[in-house]
Amino acid sequence: MKLFSPSSRVGRIGSIAAMATVVALAATGCAATTDGGTGDGEGGDAQTIAFLPKQLNNPYTDVVLGGGEEGAAEIGYDSQVLGPLEASASAQIPFIEQATLEGTNVIVIAANDPDAVGPALQTAREAGAKIVAFDSDTNPDYRDIFISQVVAKDVALIQLEIISEQIGGAGDIAILSATATATNQNEWIMFMEEELASNPDYADINLVAKVYGDDDADKSFQETQGLLSSYPDLAGIISPTTVGIAAAAKYLSTSDYKGQVALTGLGLPNEMREFVKDGTVQEFALWDPAQLGYVAAFAGKALFDGTITGAEGDTFDAGDMGEITVGENGVAIVGPPTRFNADNIDEYAF
Amino acid sequence: MSETVTSTSRGQWIRRLTGHDAVIFYILISVVVISMVSVNFFASTLTVGFLLIQVLPILLIAMPMALVIVSGEIDLSVASTAGLTSATMGVLWRDSGLDIGSVIALSLLVGVLCGAFNGFLITTLGLPSLAVTIGTLALYRGLALVVIGDQKVTNFPPALNAFVLSKIGNTGIPVMMIFVLIVIAFFAVLLHFTPFGRGLYALGYSPQAATFVGVRVGHSKFWMFVATGVVSSMVGIFLTLRLASAGPDNGTGLELSVIAAVLLGGVSIFGGKGNIPGVVGGVLLIGTLTYALRLAKVPETALIIVTGGLLVLSVVAPSVIAWSKERIRLNRLHREVPGQSASGETSA
Repeated sequence: MKLFSPSSRVGRIGSIAAMATVVALAATGCAATTDGGTGDGEGGDAQTIAFLPKQLNNPYTDVVLGGGEEGAAEIGYDSQVLGPLEASASAQIPFIEQATLEGTNVIVIAANDPDAVGPALQTAREAGAKIVAFDSDTNPDYRDIFISQVVAKDVALIQLEIISEQIGGAGDIAILSATATATNQNEWIMFMEEELASNPDYADINLVAKVYGDDDADKSFQETQGLLSSYPDLAGIISPTTVGIAAAAKYLSTSDYKGQVALTGLGLPNEMREFVKDGTVQEFALWDPAQLGYVAAFAGKALFDGTITGAEGDTFDAGDMGEITVGENGVAIVGPPTRFNADNIDEYAF
Repeated sequence: MSETVTSTSRGQWIRRLTGHDAVIFYILISVVVISMVSVNFFASTLTVGFLLIQVLPILLIAMPMALVIVSGEIDLSVASTAGLTSATMGVLWRDSGLDIGSVIALSLLVGVLCGAFNGFLITTLGLPSLAVTIGTLALYRGLALVVIGDQKVTNFPPALNAFVLSKIGNTGIPVMMIFVLIVIAFFAVLLHFTPFGRGLYALGYSPQAATFVGVRVGHSKFWMFVATGVVSSMVGIFLTLRLASAGPDNGTGLELSVIAAVLLGGVSIFGGKGNIPGVVGGVLLIGTLTYALRLAKVPETALIIVTGGLLVLSVVAPSVIAWSKERIRLNRLHREVPGQSASGETSA
């Protein structure tokens, strides 16, 4: 008897529960047909743009999003940031769905997984949203345009230009890189070597050494020390890595070579500020992550207005960044890296 | 005599309407109603579709998980089993040349094997399920990486991907929910209407006592872990088709969402207590609440605090209620003459 009474009790609870669920679901379902119209009406005031970073609370992402919100303000869109706390493949999907539900006009996404977000983005598109990928591309089938930061070759060439300006177009230079296997760095170094060999402007510049600081501050510091004692005539050092350039600047600033040996490369303004102010470093480069978000907002507006479709050769206005042309596969490049020097470094906080 | 019957049945009704799972449904309905009124965009057919698709994997795995926890065990390897299934499915589809039906059937076998391996270690070797499944949580995820590496397979038949996301007419309810209802019905019947299910409750209360009254402890446990494995595999296949992407990291972290929902649904972590309707309510409640709070622009950081707090509350509340009920009962017993037996009280 005792065995049976709990199960019949459970059975009835089950039926109540099932009925309750059906009622709840039906209620939400029915309400939709009546409420959908007003939802659209409310969206008519201002266009909306949603930024979906890979994850929230990431310092780099915050800079990108800061630029995005600035761009959104300039184009007059209401913006919001939606994102997961952890960067896993499918974690972004609920947020894409949320943006879809809210009838967002433009979704700007840095995809954690190029394919996993696809079906959700497809649904968003069917609901009328334009999809802009930035920072990290999705499968091209699922977005209208991809905003990419920089072209590898531009990154390489700007560093050569800066060093050439600082050493007067002649002398021995060395490269302080990250690890010997780093894909980015090796690609840039390859472009630099090609340019040194082929461009007559750089005929008097000799690349005498490539050393690797392994993106370790101490090792980079020692490698700089080693370079300067091995090559007393060294005129300049290029360090295409933020860790390397900071360590090299630290060494130079405390040595007799301060102001004598030029140093440039890719650095973070926050880390390099003191060395620029004390004269150790005149100028260095890096892309400004904020520009990525800024341009993405403008690309979204152009797509939504129908002035571009994301096809190769389309051009759109990107506010302060000027006019930007869409390249192959719907990829638009934000532009050349930014140069940081004593005049402008205080404007950047990353 | 007839009077006692009616009074107990009324007592049962009151209990039914004030029990933990009923309360969960009251809260769920309140959340739904409040959200429909006060949260922009919540009242929409899109909500039904998105919400159900989001909770679907949790709902599926919560079914066998409820049985596992009722019997006093736990399975933390479910999400990794789903990941391994996804990886296997991807590689089979890419390399074997089999049709998608066979690929899916073979992928389900992964769940059978994973579950059987857990079951073997727990029943035959007598190891604690917590330790075993923490191990297989890492092991199966690791195997997934070995199987497919860091690659993804994405070229599944688009028609199948579309089918997984398709809705029943204009209701917004995903077609896959029919399948989920079948799974829910299966486990509800298994737990509540079969000797096997009653054996699980007995196991959860006391494995020794269960053995004495003739429950085949090892046998029951083994098949439960196999069931969990199979359902986890189904989820792995669902996620793969839903994301149109097979990868080693599919389903990461799902195990904690499932266990949280199961406990919220009134299943006791100590075993022996809980039922399927409550679990369904728990899953829907966490899913709806998260969904509504997100739409209401509650920051993600605050959101995990809310769901975490809710979970702690749901684990603590039954203990507190049980403790206070026990105090009241004892007080009453003390007041009444000690000669009076408490048989009526305990059997109710």
